[in-house]
Amino acid sequence: MGDFRDLARDQLPRLYSIARRLVGDDAEDAVQDCLLKAYRSYDQLRDADAGPAWLVSILVNCCRDSGRASARIPQPVDFEELESFSLFRKIAYEDPYPYSDSLHLDFLAGFGPEDVRAILLRLPKLYRVPLVLVYMDGFLAKEVARMLDAPLGTVLARLHRGRKLFEKELWQYAEANGLTREVRP
Amino acid sequence: MISCHEAVRQLWEYLDNTVDDIDRARVDEHLARCRRCCAELEFAQELRRALANGAAVEVPPDVLTRLHQTLEELGP
Repeated sequence: MGDFRDLARDQLPRLYSIARRLVGDDAEDAVQDCLLKAYRSYDQLRDADAGPAWLVSILVNCCRDSGRASARIPQPVDFEELESFSLFRKIAYEDPYPYSDSLHLDFLAGFGPEDVRAILLRLPKLYRVPLVLVYMDGFLAKEVARMLDAPLGTVLARLHRGRKLFEKELWQYAEANGLTREVRP
Repeated sequence: MISCHEAVRQLWEYLDNTVDDIDRARVDEHLARCRRCCAELEFAQELRRALANGAAVEVPPDVLTRLHQTLEELGP
């Protein structure tokens, strides 16, 4: 087995990037916490090739714990209402850019990477974590299930609800930030 | 043929390859005949792209310095 520092040093940019998307401004603390925990249990890692995924798994659990004591109580989610929400239909119905030939794509074009990350941070962590890991970092749902020590069905259900919440937050964010009004020359 | 509601409900799972073969065939059959659901599929693909585009975050130099410092203090 190689040097812990070599493994961790190589992975620092990736770990920070994931943490930033999972816990925003608490990212540095989460990575520090991850480094300490990983260092203490490094002797349990049997396969050097599994090192990067092992570090991410530890980080994800640090992020789940991050800010737990000071976290605000999440707003209750009305799942029935959420299930019936469709961003595609909402955009078509509200028609924010009446002169557009590609209404839906124009709507999405208004969001930059910073906006996407800000919207993700508005979602409850329960749904944010699988969304980030699957759609931003390319992990399979079954790999996320292993990381979270949760059944695959649970992760798939959280992904489904997380996507719906993300769509709904996209619309609310667009309304709050003037992205649903056409800027005409 | 499945309804638009049923097809749309499965679009993300369809894109994620987490539907079984039978459901995939049903969605395929629906998409072959429904332009509106094809547009919704395209929108779901763009949404996934928008999410993926938010992935890259640079580590601020001062943060990177502190993280390296922690590693040095931890030892090999």
